[in-house]
This record gives sequence, structure tokens and C-alpha cells, in this order.
Amino acid sequence: MKKLTVNHMSFKQLNSLIRESSDNVFELDDVHGQRFIAAGMKNKKITIKGIPGNALGACLDLGSRIYVKNDCQDATGDTMNEGEIIICGNCGDTAGYSMRGGKLFIKESAGYRAGIHMKAYKNEKPSIIIGDTAGSFLGEYLAGGTIVVLGLNQNGKCPVGNFCGTGMHGGQIILRTDELPNDLPKQVVTRKAKKEDLESIKEIINQFCDEFSFDKNTIYNANFYILEPNSTIPYRQHYTTI
Amino acid sequence: MIVNLIQSEYEVIRDQNRCINCKLCEQQCSNGVNYYDKKLKAMLSDESKCVNCHRCVAICPTNALKIVKSQHCFKTNSNWSHHDITNIFRQAQTGGVLLSSMGNPKEYPVYWDKILINASQVTNPSIDPLREPMETRTFLGKKKLDIEFDENNNIITKTKPQMELKIPIMFGGMSYGSISYNAHKSLACAAEKLGIFYNTGEGGLHEDFYVYSENTIVQVASGRFGVHPNYLKAGKAIEIKMGQGAKPGIGGHLPGRKITKEVSKTRMIPEGNAAISPAPHHDIYSIEDLRQLVYMLKETTNYEKPIIVKIAAVHNIGAIASGIARCGADIIAIDGFRGGTGAAPLRIRDNVGIPIELALASVDKRLREEGIRNEVSLVASGTIRSSADVIKALALGADAVYISTSALIALGCHLCRSCHLGKCNWGIATQIKSLSDRLDPKEGCENLVNLINAWKREIKEMMGGMGINSIEALKGNRLMLRGIGLSEKELEILGIQHAGE
Repeated sequence: MKKLTVNHMSFKQLNSLIRESSDNVFELDDVHGQRFIAAGMKNKKITIKGIPGNALGACLDLGSRIYVKNDCQDATGDTMNEGEIIICGNCGDTAGYSMRGGKLFIKESAGYRAGIHMKAYKNEKPSIIIGDTAGSFLGEYLAGGTIVVLGLNQNGKCPVGNFCGTGMHGGQIILRTDELPNDLPKQVVTRKAKKEDLESIKEIINQFCDEFSFDKNTIYNANFYILEPNSTIPYRQHYTTI
Repeated sequence: MIVNLIQSEYEVIRDQNRCINCKLCEQQCSNGVNYYDKKLKAMLSDESKCVNCHRCVAICPTNALKIVKSQHCFKTNSNWSHHDITNIFRQAQTGGVLLSSMGNPKEYPVYWDKILINASQVTNPSIDPLREPMETRTFLGKKKLDIEFDENNNIITKTKPQMELKIPIMFGGMSYGSISYNAHKSLACAAEKLGIFYNTGEGGLHEDFYVYSENTIVQVASGRFGVHPNYLKAGKAIEIKMGQGAKPGIGGHLPGRKITKEVSKTRMIPEGNAAISPAPHHDIYSIEDLRQLVYMLKETTNYEKPIIVKIAAVHNIGAIASGIARCGADIIAIDGFRGGTGAAPLRIRDNVGIPIELALASVDKRLREEGIRNEVSLVASGTIRSSADVIKALALGADAVYISTSALIALGCHLCRSCHLGKCNWGIATQIKSLSDRLDPKEGCENLVNLINAWKREIKEMMGGMGINSIEALKGNRLMLRGIGLSEKELEILGIQHAGE
């Protein structure tokens, strides 16, 4: 295990150190907003103390795990391919953009534009779980994968902002709430979660609870809604060929 | 009573004396235009379905067919063309957005055709390409301004990553999904043989084509289809697509029926699901965000590959390019308004964007004025139709060009502009296997190699004629160009003088 005190090291130097090292486990102390940490990282594990900069774990690959003891910033898990990113705090905007596999767990809240254009294919099933709330534009253009927002501090009030699921044409958004957002586009259908729905996300919810020491019973003992696309071509413009 | 407002623009003329009723035209036309009438015992044609792709004409063993412009016409009207009127009929009937493909065909000035090339005479002799070696090789990437020395007074030769091209022509991005597997194979194979590059477009990279890695540019567009670490590593360069000339400012939409099993595997989305590319990258809302994506890709690939940013030629292109040059990109690809596409709304294709000639000239000038021309290489496209266009583009400031429509024509495309229908009779812009099988990748590759080699010879001849023996001496060499029939303003923007001056 390699310990690094980051301080004011440039991101280029820090990431180069991690990349070129033969070590597979790192503990980064005193991280001061360095960007692109673990970009494209494969088969390595990093624990971060301090605040990482933008694009943490971008293009993260197989066998990787990032554990952040605080908040993180924008573009976390951008185009993430595989692996796990665990944030014991809040994250900034555009988390998990175009995510195509792996898990992104955020203990507290996510900013705007989380989970845009996530995709799933065969065994690659990305998932984002957010403990408290998510900002507007959650899951825009969702093409596949699962987004769960638990609203743990919302007392049943709607845990997402405006324009949730705009352009959604695949995947699922699952909200733990008593109130659905009132501006969902017509291409999104909602229904109360059935037993099978909760069964299918049990594994990731349980892992989420274990990571942050949440009580599983409190989580499951609430209303869950499933948001799904109405058709596979939501923004199907009516075209006339010439 | 059925009222047919839309009449066919074209007629299929068959010389019945030559026709031998072999029915090949019936079999070959994917639109069902030609058919055998049992009663009349003759081949007939339903011109209402004809897209004017010439497949039947080309394969007729007795040359019995030709496609002519229909003599059926509206009253002459300089304001209202046949198209203006029929498009209103269409929209009144359907309420739909008019969809088209390939590049803008309208009558706007083609500046390449108003620019003339110099030749040396008397005082400065021309160079004989048969006798003297002509250097057509070029390198794309960030260049240093100064020469630096190390402690031993040796020149430091390590540079930022470069792409080596044997000739300054590359194949532009056309996604797998918009064109067929065989078309992609032809392009990849030809790029390898020629020592140049082809571009995956935004549909990802089919696993069969990883063997052509050394000659592949991988594209990262707003939909990020097929973008995973192996994909990024497979490219020799990575291109971030911010826009394209055919449809600046809007996104893309590949309909579910074109997402076949292989296309879905490459794009990594389920079969039959539409592939939507949003209008902006929804995580790039400023030049700082673009810089972040550029560096994200560089970090992911360990700074080993040049990053290209592709933009459409629009207003204030100079300022946009200046921003991109300062955000860490190694190469800027500018796509003019004549650029082609598999499908785009008609009004956007025909009315949005500016000509590449003007865009290229103003970007080159602006970057030089700001002292940052060395920070990026420029690649021009939309449209390059011949070796003469290549020479003119280089002289206006491009480091290289992308060709796409020209490449497809080399594969058999007849510019019928019906790609969006997905039934390309030449096997290029289709996913229907019986059609794409018509394009033999071996032959397609050979055709592309022939085209570029022919252009290479012509370029060497023209260069020799100018008294230049290397591409480097032609780049940005506007003194080699003169305008003809251009206004003061156009000459000023192009940075060239008028013929005779």
C-alpha cells in the first residue's frame, strides 16, 4: 500500500505517480482539488482524504475502486466503464455522464445533470445511488442503467429537481419518495415499485447501506416509485423525407 | 379521388430496343422502381420511387436505361423553385420536419472554383516531379515555437504527440451505423495502405477493425457511443466532435431500425433502440469545460495521443478556434457548410454554417495574428472534391484535409442524397445485408487507394509547377493563390490578391 501526501502537487504529477507505480493500493492524504485522479485507472484502489478535483475516476476501468472520505466535485465518474466510486459526502454537477458500467454511490446529494446519457449493454449495467437529493436534469437522455435517489433527509418529499428524465429512452430511475416530481415529460411513465423491482436493486442498495452504515430497514420501509421510458424513441421528431 | 401533389423529379427512360428483359434492374433496385409487366411482356418503371442513384443504369448489360430530369414542370418562377413548392406540399400533408442527407446542394458560391493556382515561369523555374523528390509527408500536432537545447547542447527533439501522414489527406468521420461495415472496412484498409488515417465517426469501433489501430482516429461525440478505455487506446488520435458542417448546433438521431446486431454491439446500446446524440455535450457548456474533457482524455491515455477538436464552420469561427487552441487541443478540424451527413433536417443542412474556404482563411489568419498558430494543426473539410481543392486548402492555411463525400463516391456513391432512407443501392449508407454485400471491401479499398494515389501525383505536378518541392512550403502560402471574380471583401477575408495583381 502506498501512502502519498498530495498537498499542492500538480494533477499531472500525481496521476503519473499513480499510473507508473507498481503498487495497486493507494492512500492519498491532503488532496487539494487535483483533477482527473484515477482517469482510466484499471485494477487499482485509492482512498482519498481531502477534496478531489473535477473528473475523478473519469473512464474508470475494471477492478478499480475509489473511496472518498469527503465531498467530491464536478464530472465524477465521467464516461466510467467499470469499477466503484464511493463518495462519503456530496458530489458536484454532471456525475456519471455517459456512464456505461460500474457503481457510483453518493452518500449525500448530487448536483445538476447527474447520470446523463448512461448506457447499458448486456452485462454492463451502470448504477448510481444517491443518498439524499439530486439536482435538476437527473438522468437526461438516459439510455440504460439504474439511478436510485433515496431522499433520506427529505421526509418523503420529492428528492429530485426539475426536468428529471428529459429525453429518457432506456433504463430506470427509482425514487424513494411519497411525492413524484410534477413536471415529468410525457415520455416518462411512473408506477409504484413492486416487490420484483426492489428485489432487482436489493444487491446494490444493500452494498450502499454497508458502505455508509445506513440501516437497511429504514430504507426499505418507504414508498418507492419507478420511472421508465414510455417508448424507445422519446424525441422522435416527425420527419418527412424529401 | 386521389390527388397526387408530389410528382417525380426524374424519369426512368428505357430504350425498349436495347432492353432484353433480363430483369437485373428489377432485382437490383431496392426502391422497387423497375418491374416486369407480364401482360405487356416488358420491363416498366415506376418513377415515383426513383431516387436517381443510377444503380440500374450502371448494371444494365445493354445500356438501355438512363435517368433524366422530368419535363413535367411548374410555370417558370425565379422566386419559387420546384423544391420550394413541393416541400410546402409535403409539410402541409404530414406536418413533419423535412429530412435530407449528404451536403448542401444549393447555389451558394464555391470559393475553390474562384481561386487560381500559380505556376513558376522564367525567373523561378518549376520543379520536375519526375526528376526531383517531392515531399508530401506532413505531421499533425502541437509544434514548438523555439528550438531548445539540453545540457550537452543537443537539440531536444521530444515533441508533443504527432500524427504522421504520407500525404495530407485523411478520411473524415462517418459513423458505423450511418454507413455499412463494408464501407468502414474499405476506408480502414485504404488508410493503412496509404499511410494516412480514417475516422470512426461517432458509432464506436467495431472489434474487427482494431487491427487498423495505427491508422484510426477514434471519435468522442456527445453521445459517447462505444467510448471505453480500450476504444480510446485503439486510436492513434482522439477526436472530440463538437459539431459538423452539415448540421451545426444540433444533435443526431440514428433510428432504431438502423441499429442492427453488429451496430448495437459496437455502439453498446440495445438492438433496435434509437441512438440519440444530444445537441451540446451536456457536460461541455464553456471553453473551460472543453479544456477539462481534452485533459481528461489526455490523462486517460497518458498523453500519448493528439487530441483533435472538430467544429462546424460558423460565425466568429476565428474566436472559437482561438479558444480551442488555448484549451489544450492539438489539432482543430473545421467542417464547412457543404459537409455531408447521413441525415439532417433539410433547412439546417442548407442554411446554417459558412464556407470552409472563408472559415479556414480567417482561422489561420487569426491564430497567426495571436501568435498561437503553432499550438494547433488545422484540418479542413466540407467539401474537398479534387487534388486542386487540396492544394488550395493547404495554401489557405490547412495542414491537412478530411475527405468524406469524395471517398464515398470512390466507393460507388452517386450523390442521390437518399442516405436517410437506409436503402443505399451501392451498399454504402445502409445496414441491409443484401445491399451492403454489394460493396466488396477489397475492391472498395483498391478504389480509395487509386483515388488518393492519383491525387498524390496531381498534387506533386501542381507543386512542381509552382516551384515547390515540399508540402511544408505550400502550407499557408497564400502568394500561390489568386482570386477571380471575387469582391474586395472576399479577397480580404481569403487573404489573397486578385488574378492579374
